[in-house]
Amino acid sequence: MPTVTMRVNGAQTSADVPENTLLVDYIREHLRLTGTHVGCDTSQCGACVVHIDGKSAKSCTRLATQCEGSEVLTIEGLAAPNGTLHPLQAAFKEAHGLQCGFCTPGMIMSTLDLLQTNPKPTDPEIRSWLKGNICRCTGYQNIVKAVELAADEMSGS
Amino acid sequence: MYEFQYAKPSTVADASTTLSADEANQPLAGGQTLIPTIKQRLNAPGTLVDLSGIGELTGITREGSTIVIGAMTTHATVAANATVRDAIPALAKLAGGIGDPQVRNIGTIGGSLANNDPAADYPSAALALNATIKTSTREIPADDYFQGFFTTALEPGELIVSVAFPIPEQAAYGRFEQRASRYPMVGVFVAKTASGIRAAVTGAGQDGVFRCAELETALTSDFSAKAAEAVKVPADDLMSDLHASADYRAALIPIMASRAIAGTA
Repeated sequence: MPTVTMRVNGAQTSADVPENTLLVDYIREHLRLTGTHVGCDTSQCGACVVHIDGKSAKSCTRLATQCEGSEVLTIEGLAAPNGTLHPLQAAFKEAHGLQCGFCTPGMIMSTLDLLQTNPKPTDPEIRSWLKGNICRCTGYQNIVKAVELAADEMSGS
Repeated sequence: MYEFQYAKPSTVADASTTLSADEANQPLAGGQTLIPTIKQRLNAPGTLVDLSGIGELTGITREGSTIVIGAMTTHATVAANATVRDAIPALAKLAGGIGDPQVRNIGTIGGSLANNDPAADYPSAALALNATIKTSTREIPADDYFQGFFTTALEPGELIVSVAFPIPEQAAYGRFEQRASRYPMVGVFVAKTASGIRAAVTGAGQDGVFRCAELETALTSDFSAKAAEAVKVPADDLMSDLHASADYRAALIPIMASRAIAGTA
C-alpha cells in the first residue's frame, strides 16, 4: 500500500492508502475533512471541487496517489483561524446563495478559482464558469449574486 | 473500483517499458475519462502508468509555421496560451469549451486524442488542421491516426509525446453542445490549410471523427458562412441516439460550420 503525502490547507498530511483511493476519499475518510462533498461521483456535479496546486479540480476524479507532493486547499482552509469567513463564504451567506448547502463547498472552491484569474467577472462569465457545478435548490440567481458581491468585496470596490 | 497498481515514471522510455510489460497496464494522463470508467468497473487496469511526472510531455512551442503542444498539456493551458491564441485562435477556443473549468484544469490533449471519443472536441481540430501526432516511436499524420470508434493507430505501449499543428491561414470551430454532458452533439472544425480546405466533424459520425467531403468541396469554391450553410450532408453514416437522430445531426453540420465561419458559434 503506497504512502501518500500532501499538504492540505497548509498542513503536511500522510497516510498509507490503497492505489485506488480517490482524493476525495483521502480528504474525507483519512483526514476527516468532510466539508468536501460527494454528490454524483461521476465528475458532473462539482460538489467535490477542491484546489490542487492552485487550480480547481474535481476530487472525485483524481487519485490520491496522483496528488503526491501537491498543495491541496479545501473549504475548511478558507476561513481565518478565528472563524472569520472568507469573503466568498460571507457573500454566499449575505446573498442567500444556498438553500440546502450541499453544493456550496464546491461552488465556493470553483468560483474562488474564477476570481483568482478574473477578479471582476461578468454575469455570463460567472454562469459559464459554473458549468461544472450543479445546484438543485437555488436556480443559481443568488449564487451569481454572491459571486458578484464577493468580487466587489475582494477587489475593494 | 477494481484494485490496480500505480507507477509514476519520469521518462517516456520507462513509461513505454512498463506499458509494454503487460497488456493490462494502461497510461494515465489527466484521467478525466479514464478514472470515471474505472470507477464504473468498465475498465480494470493492471498498473496505471501516471504520465504526469514526465517533464518532456508538457509545454507549448512555436517551431516555424507549426505549433507543437506536449501531450500532457491541459485544456486550460492551451485555451489561455498566448502563442496558441495568436497563431490558431480556433484551437484555443476549442480547448476553452471542453467540459467545464475543472475538467479543463486536469484533462489533457494527449489523453483526448489517445481516447478518441467519438464526441471529443480535439480530434476534429487535429484532423482539420492536418496535425501530426508525434509518438514515442514515430510520427503519424492525422489522416492515418483516427481509425474509428475509440480506435487509433497507436500500438500497445506507444505513447503520444506531442501534437504538431501547422498554422492555418484561417480556421474556425463551432459546436452544438449536449447540455448535460457538455460533449458536442455536433462539432465542426474548418480550416484553410497549406494542403487545401479541410473540414472535420466530431460528435456525429458512427465511426468517430471524419472529414466532410461535401463541406470541403463547397468551402473550396467559397470559404464563407453562406456557402457552408447551403451544404447538404448525407445522414447515412451518422449516429442516432437519445440526444438526436442522424438526420438532425446531418442538418446541424452545415449550420455549425456556418456559425463557426461567421464567428457566432
